[in-house]
Amino acid sequence: MAKVVIKLGDDISTDVIYPGRYMATVLPTETPQYAFADLTEFNSKLRAKQIPPGSIMIGGKNFGCGSSREQAVSALKGHDLVIIAPGFARIFLQNCINLGLRIVVCPDIQASETDEIEITGTEVVNVTTGKRFQISPLPKARQAIIDAGGLVAYTRKRLLEKRTA
Amino acid sequence: MGMTVAEKILARASGLASVKAGDVVEPKVDLAMSHENAALVVNQFLEVYQGTPLPPNIWDPSKVSIIFDHRIPAESAKTATNQKKVREFVEAQGIGKFHDIRGDVGGICHQILPENGYVRPGFVVVGTDSHTTSHGALGAFAFGIGATEMASVWALGTSLNVEVPPTIKVNVKGRFKKFVGPKDLILHLIGRISAQGANFKVIEFHGQTIRSMSTSGRLVICNMSVEAGATAGIVPADKETIRYLREEAGVKGKIEVVLPDRDAVYEQVIDLDVTKLDPQIACPHTVDNVKPVAALKGTRVHQVVIGSCTNGRLDDLAIAASIMKGKKVAENTRMLVFPASGRIYTQALAKGYIGIFMKAGAVVMNPGCGPCLGIHEGALGDGETALSTTNRNFKGRMGNPNSQVFLCSPAVAAASALKGFITSPRKGAN
Ligand code: SF4
Repeated sequence: MAKVVIKLGDDISTDVIYPGRYMATVLPTETPQYAFADLTEFNSKLRAKQIPPGSIMIGGKNFGCGSSREQAVSALKGHDLVIIAPGFARIFLQNCINLGLRIVVCPDIQASETDEIEITGTEVVNVTTGKRFQISPLPKARQAIIDAGGLVAYTRKRLLEKRTA
Repeated sequence: MGMTVAEKILARASGLASVKAGDVVEPKVDLAMSHENAALVVNQFLEVYQGTPLPPNIWDPSKVSIIFDHRIPAESAKTATNQKKVREFVEAQGIGKFHDIRGDVGGICHQILPENGYVRPGFVVVGTDSHTTSHGALGAFAFGIGATEMASVWALGTSLNVEVPPTIKVNVKGRFKKFVGPKDLILHLIGRISAQGANFKVIEFHGQTIRSMSTSGRLVICNMSVEAGATAGIVPADKETIRYLREEAGVKGKIEVVLPDRDAVYEQVIDLDVTKLDPQIACPHTVDNVKPVAALKGTRVHQVVIGSCTNGRLDDLAIAASIMKGKKVAENTRMLVFPASGRIYTQALAKGYIGIFMKAGAVVMNPGCGPCLGIHEGALGDGETALSTTNRNFKGRMGNPNSQVFLCSPAVAAASALKGFITSPRKGAN
């Protein structure tokens, strides 16, 4: 079980998640400090480690739209956040799978800040309100990458297979 | 069953006779483009080879393109050092299509690829930039990916686990009114189908209006297809595509045009008529918040921006110069112009456009991404408003979350710069 630490609206872009002016910072070890840099209060809490790992972020429709910048994903991954949203933009979704950031596509999700959430295999349970919401499974094609632990490991595996083939 | 352009391209690139929407394929990549974020790609690429006995060599360096554009000349030591590391990598790997910070062959990646003939009809193009959709203007299947995915492409030469997207067919008919054009068309379409209306889908453009549109205009509509969420935008190649590639991009070799089958299956068909279309504006803070210019008339603008991969080409500068010739930018309004490439800058100089902008009081900046993404030039002050021919108006996009960005065509931008508030370039149509 984990708490909802922030609830955001529709069309949250990667400019909001990771503002362009920090794009010179690329390494996954350095990006987390700039997660939601312009939401100063939330950013300070993240940096002060006041948000426990595994905490839930609720997004709206089309979460992660805009730029393909992968920093938007590595920054959130660095804080080990879990994102639940009705839908994600394509490149952002793929980047999450590639880097192993946990996301849940949940078209009807209803939750408020501080609600307690339980994620099962097929459902998101809002423990606070008692409501349950169906999860849309991720595209099957992505499973091999998730199973390998991300795209770096999966590509390595494929490279080695190619060599012995 | 008939195939769309995207399906045909993906089938060929995956070595299959046919594919349909929903199939999972691993297409061979014809062109892999990155910009400054190649610094992260290099990092992830080297990580892939960690602990393996294999040398970290790119699968085919002639198919990789790296272009510096996002922050040039470098705004900080950190950026400069990243660029230096990428240069060293380019050298060590023998990457062919590298464009450094230069006045002759440099510019914005989405302009450099077409103008050098790097993209051909039927190609599978991937780029670590969301506006890689631009290259569908040449009849290619071009889509944006993240840096780690690019590292995987550099290693394997294929894009892994691509799901063949369904296609929306957009038929466009009618002639644009004066000072109305491709930017207004695509803003209108995005407003109509929403910022996620084409999420995970391809938009294929058809109709007489598209057939008579220049490649420059097609680049605008494919560039901004991603603002409706599209994986790719495609204009099936035709005579104009071949003319552009031969005459402007200097392509010599064979050009193979890929057309959709007559009985291709489309998920949705949208018919548009541009005859009565007015200039359009995307209002803060989403690109689908679109209104006709009349609805915004009189909105004070502090900064007007003309340029970017969307509208920084010669025809864009020509129309702006025609409106601004002999006139002055309004007091208390700043105007920034940044041509999309060095080649365009040089052509605009020869045509006298640059002189017109300078005399009007605009600042002409070096080709590159400049103010478009608010990193190192042209940031806005608190509470200020920009009117820009770029493609995104997200909160904070021009460097300040407490400012507003409106998007428009070069004609609207030029006319508004003279007034200091949003206005239509069409006399009496305000
Ligand atoms: S001009 Fe703007 S939209 Fe185009 S590539 Fe540069 S930053 Fe991206």
